Amino acid sequence: MSTATLEPAAHRSRPFAWVQQSLTLAWRNIVRIRQNPEALADVTFQPIIFLALFLFVFGGAISQGGGWRGYLPQLLPGLLVQTVVFATMGTGVGLNDDFAKGVFDRFRSLPIARISPLIGAVLGDAVRYSLSITVLMVSGFVLGFRFDNGVGNGLLGMLIVLLFALSMCWIWVWLGLVMKTAQGVQGIAFLVMFPLTFGSNIFVPASTLPDFLQAFVKVSPITYLVDTERALMSGGALQKPLLITLAWMVGLVAVFAPLAIRAYRRRT
Amino acid sequence: MTTTNQVAIEAVGLVKKYGSTTALAGVDLSVPTGTVLGVLGPNGAGKTTAVRILGTLLRPDSGHATVGGYDVVREAGKVRSIIGLTGQYASVDEDMSGRRNLIMIGRLLGYSRTQARARADELLERFELVDAGDRIAKTYSGGMRRRLDLASSLVGNPSILYLDEPTTGLDPHARNGVWETVRNLVLDGTTVLLTTQYLEEADALTDSIVVFDKGSVVANGRPAELKAQAGKQSLDVRPAEPAHLERVAAIVAESVGTRPSVDVVNTLVSVPVTDGSSMPVVVRRLDEAGIAVTELSLRLPSLDEVFLALTGHTAEEKKSDAVLEGASR
Repeated sequence: MSTATLEPAAHRSRPFAWVQQSLTLAWRNIVRIRQNPEALADVTFQPIIFLALFLFVFGGAISQGGGWRGYLPQLLPGLLVQTVVFATMGTGVGLNDDFAKGVFDRFRSLPIARISPLIGAVLGDAVRYSLSITVLMVSGFVLGFRFDNGVGNGLLGMLIVLLFALSMCWIWVWLGLVMKTAQGVQGIAFLVMFPLTFGSNIFVPASTLPDFLQAFVKVSPITYLVDTERALMSGGALQKPLLITLAWMVGLVAVFAPLAIRAYRRRT
Repeated sequence: MTTTNQVAIEAVGLVKKYGSTTALAGVDLSVPTGTVLGVLGPNGAGKTTAVRILGTLLRPDSGHATVGGYDVVREAGKVRSIIGLTGQYASVDEDMSGRRNLIMIGRLLGYSRTQARARADELLERFELVDAGDRIAKTYSGGMRRRLDLASSLVGNPSILYLDEPTTGLDPHARNGVWETVRNLVLDGTTVLLTTQYLEEADALTDSIVVFDKGSVVANGRPAELKAQAGKQSLDVRPAEPAHLERVAAIVAESVGTRPSVDVVNTLVSVPVTDGSSMPVVVRRLDEAGIAVTELSLRLPSLDEVFLALTGHTAEEKKSDAVLEGASR
């Protein structure tokens, strides 16, 4: 036998072992980010570049006399939504990659709770989402953005956008589990994400859009989340967009989490 | 070697189908505790499918298997606590350092942070990965990655270890390192099931061998028995002068008593023999005739010849099936 006489703690005797296992696997995702900073580009540099581009290129035209400074309070809450919505697809791509590379086979050959790797993946990505929210908000503050509706409401806005990302990520978890390749997941994601985020009130007032697009914007959850964020961070009507956003979050989880878990059970 | 009669791995009538493709068509296996079983076969023969079923990663369509006395389907959790699994493609997390990979597994197995670190250090040392321990696994060479994969499967001190083609793609030096590790594990009492495409590997490491072909066991026995079954050795003679081919063929025919095959392109005379006894005769006659040779050898059957003898076809014909097995991962 080996020199160390370490025996695994009796995992079955600890009823909450799956919690610790999930946290360990979430830790894994965070370590991967730290050891692989280039993989973080999509949640760090991309939002900064988007912010700079949209603000300085379109700001003058869109804010009608306010210059880019006048555009910032409108753009930043919207860009925050776009950034986290884009970040959610990384969860599906990462899961698909783990399966393809055999990393999940390793987890499954260990005596751990079957659901732990999935929970760990989602929890780990919550950290990634938080990071991209923080990066974008800090960039906004540097450029002069302020929580005009109070710091408490502003922080609540950051929390809600994070929770929305955690609800939406189940779509990509599900697709990541049922699709064959990570590139396929990414392809679908871009097809959905671009119309969803650009066909919205993120960059321009919805009233400037043609009728058919306005009809789409009126049903898109992105619109209500953006309105919620603007209300919380800069002021405005809150109740209706907030309620609709919360309803969408519940709906997304109710539909896609069971689908994802079923696909996960089928593959594990 | 332990002399216990206990059976570590027992499989009866394992069947697994993917659509119209049959990966396993009723496989029986039995591995006594503390021994090494080699599963030999070409790509697509069903080796990986069998390992995945015995490792609780796949459910068989029919048949059943026990590992350490536990059913692989109904008591998968218990099976997982006594096995270690090393995949054909090293399933380490490439985006983490070797050390963190090992610590993560230790933590998942319920070790405290301190215990997990100690275990990781111990394994890094044992697998000569101390210097590379803090580098991310993506930067490792093939041999290092395979060692890390082996180390990962040993974190929980498994009593039963599955190695799925542990040396495929490794250079001879790295391969010897893996062999050494397997031998030491067996000395410690670990039961090993090893799949391989190399007869030489099965010969070097295993107590007994089963040969898979198209999802079935086509032969089993001790390595020496299989080689005897697999066919004869061959005596090869290569004259220095191509012009001597005919005379060499005549000498070989006289000495061995069988007509040899003559390969004009490669200047090679080759004849199947049962043992090496005719070799000195051939040497003496060639010397008497004053014919110089560049090669005179007694060759053991290659894997292809074993397959040809056991299955009636060569290992090479089966490339198309390999794709299907890959897809099942």
